[in-house]
Amino acid sequence: MSENGTVSLNLQINGEKHDLQIEPRVSLLDALREFIGLTGTKKGCNQGACGACTVLVDGERINSCFALAVQYEGREITTIEGLATGDELHALQAAFIEHDGFQCGYCTPGQICSAVGMFNEFQNNLPSAVSAKMTGDYEFSDEEIKERMSGNLCRCGAYVGIVDAIHEAFDAEAKR
Amino acid sequence: MKNFTYQRAESSESAINLIAGNAGAKFLGGGTNLVDLMRENIEQPDALVDVTRLSSEIEETADGGIRIGAAAKNTAVANHQLIRQRFPVLSQAILFGASGQIRNMATAGGNLLQRTRCYYFYDEAAKCNKRAPDSGCEAIGGFNRIHAILGTSDSCIATHPSDMCVALAALDAKILVEGANGKREIAFNDFHKLPENTPNIETDLKDGELITAIEIPKTDFAKNSLYRKVRDRASYAFALVSVAAIVETENDLIKNVRIALGGVAHKPWRATDAENFLTEKTATEENFRSATEAELKAAKGFGHNDFKIELAKRTIVSALKELAENGGGK
Repeated sequence: MSENGTVSLNLQINGEKHDLQIEPRVSLLDALREFIGLTGTKKGCNQGACGACTVLVDGERINSCFALAVQYEGREITTIEGLATGDELHALQAAFIEHDGFQCGYCTPGQICSAVGMFNEFQNNLPSAVSAKMTGDYEFSDEEIKERMSGNLCRCGAYVGIVDAIHEAFDAEAKR
Repeated sequence: MKNFTYQRAESSESAINLIAGNAGAKFLGGGTNLVDLMRENIEQPDALVDVTRLSSEIEETADGGIRIGAAAKNTAVANHQLIRQRFPVLSQAILFGASGQIRNMATAGGNLLQRTRCYYFYDEAAKCNKRAPDSGCEAIGGFNRIHAILGTSDSCIATHPSDMCVALAALDAKILVEGANGKREIAFNDFHKLPENTPNIETDLKDGELITAIEIPKTDFAKNSLYRKVRDRASYAFALVSVAAIVETENDLIKNVRIALGGVAHKPWRATDAENFLTEKTATEENFRSATEAELKAAKGFGHNDFKIELAKRTIVSALKELAENGGGK
């Protein structure tokens, strides 16, 4: 730690390395937006209630507002900017457009990153609070998607479109 | 948020050494509660020691129980094959708490040390004996719909917010801790404290002690267990009342029963009066109801939360009925 209370760290974001000199109190969310210029990730409540700040760390979704950037050195961070391949949108991004999965769009980066992480969890056979049993073989149903996405709020109320978009992007791949 | 120094511990020994003698230092897990409290200035540590890279292993113990490394993420605990099979109540309790994102960050050790979500505790402008000892309690006589009905004191009526801990209370877990003076184990039901007149003291942990693991003893009948949670929204909300229950019956006679309650007290509430009433009795709704009357006899409402007394009784009865119908594992 240097005299001005900052630390140097290196973050791996969307496949690129970023050297930072920041205070330990800087959240991963603020590091992305204010220090690296990746403003796709949004600050909503800044207290873990809304999910607008959701990013993926080693493929797992987290709230970047609760994450101190300094804790995430050496981890592979993926933000909404890292999901597309060149100009080709991620299947879920395209499905959000197709199904009107947003109105104002502020929650959308968090919704999309969260859904990508959620689908990984589903494929990994993680049960949920609405899964009837703990033994596996869950159906990729509306009920499961709504429960598993409950950490992401949409104040415009685009939930129906969001659930439809998630079905479109992932149904074919979802194990039955 | 006040700035602080940050160090990452590579072993439990180094974590304990890094924090020793520094009263302003704290261990940092996933940060889902501590970082929030720091942002609100409720917690103001001047040094954080990150313990998220210590043991997160989940393994079977020699006696057929499970040991969970304190740094294990909530999701990893909920999704562990042995826990899903042998202790479904624990998987369910975790999955009924928080959101997917938070469960991926929050550690098992940190979950034990979550602090209350009492509005007055969070509001620096309010009187709160937990945050500022001897300043008073504005929840008593204030908006107390989410507050406790059991084990309260004139100092504090806050509840413990964890779901995971309610299941661990029912499972008779042990908490393994390590400090400058060596290692020790704490029985789960001795770990969290009732408020009495020192609600600022929430656990049995001594200064500088680190939680290293949670152990659940082999409990064959815990296969027939469940977690039932009643809350204001269908998902992602704290419990108004929750029940972790385990039942084993034999020819309709209750051989073993464990009941713990969440959302009703300053600690996960083990319902021993109800358990004692039910043991060796027939598994009937009438007996279940009588057991809840015994347990909630001492309950006290504070106005807005009076409804929790009846709600707790009904939630226990519904959980026990379902488990008894499942045959109690026999």
